[in-house]
Amino acid sequence: MQVNSRIFQDTLYLSIHGELDEHSATYARKAMDEQLRDGLFKQVIIDLSELEFMDSTGIGVMIGRYKKMKERGIPVFISNPSPHADKIFKMTAMYEIMPRIN
Amino acid sequence: MKFENQMQLKFDSLSINESFARSAVAAFCAQLNPTLDEITDIKTAVSEAVTNCVVHAYPKHLGEIEVWVGLNAQTVTIKVKDWGVGINDIEQAREPFFTTKQSDERAGMGFTVMESFMDTVSVKCEKNQGVEVVMTKKLHGKKTAVCGG
Repeated sequence: MQVNSRIFQDTLYLSIHGELDEHSATYARKAMDEQLRDGLFKQVIIDLSELEFMDSTGIGVMIGRYKKMKERGIPVFISNPSPHADKIFKMTAMYEIMPRIN
Repeated sequence: MKFENQMQLKFDSLSINESFARSAVAAFCAQLNPTLDEITDIKTAVSEAVTNCVVHAYPKHLGEIEVWVGLNAQTVTIKVKDWGVGINDIEQAREPFFTTKQSDERAGMGFTVMESFMDTVSVKCEKNQGVEVVMTKKLHGKKTAVCGG
């Protein structure tokens, strides 16, 4: 589990690598929150192209980050989910709060 | 039901064992020649069931989790069992977005994911006897080339 970030123009890109489950969730929360702390961006794009596995614990992690950003008025988007992650996002209606972009 | 092949794992209720459990079940099911999609469905369902045991079954101490897998023709049967505190209301626990641990950022979607990715999911819980989740899935497998004459 690894979280990489870069800021380009007004967007913070968070790229999640590896497997996101109950075991890695604590680290994922901490690593994402560290990047989300500085306010030098106007939107967040969470890139899941390097995510190898995710279960519903991952949905909880995403909702947590979304709520923190919502308080600051910053929208969060999901990009490049695997077909499997996409199924879980659809099932849990996550795209209604964090739309999928390509 | 008779099974042509079965395996059983028993491990401590540590979250680090989740990836071990789902990978071991996936490796065992590989002999049925499943598609990548089917394998990912199974891995995710196992991960959900084992996570429930890790997070909910043993709040005060470490406990044991058992995962049993039986294969019969193209159907996989998976049993995930713990000997923990049990579930108060199974119907409620199976509802989408229901969680007893809202403050922990939990989605409450574990059973919903299991139900979506497997064909059947049954939950048994007797007071102070822990929880047993049994899931089945029929695999259609990869299409293999047939040599015609």
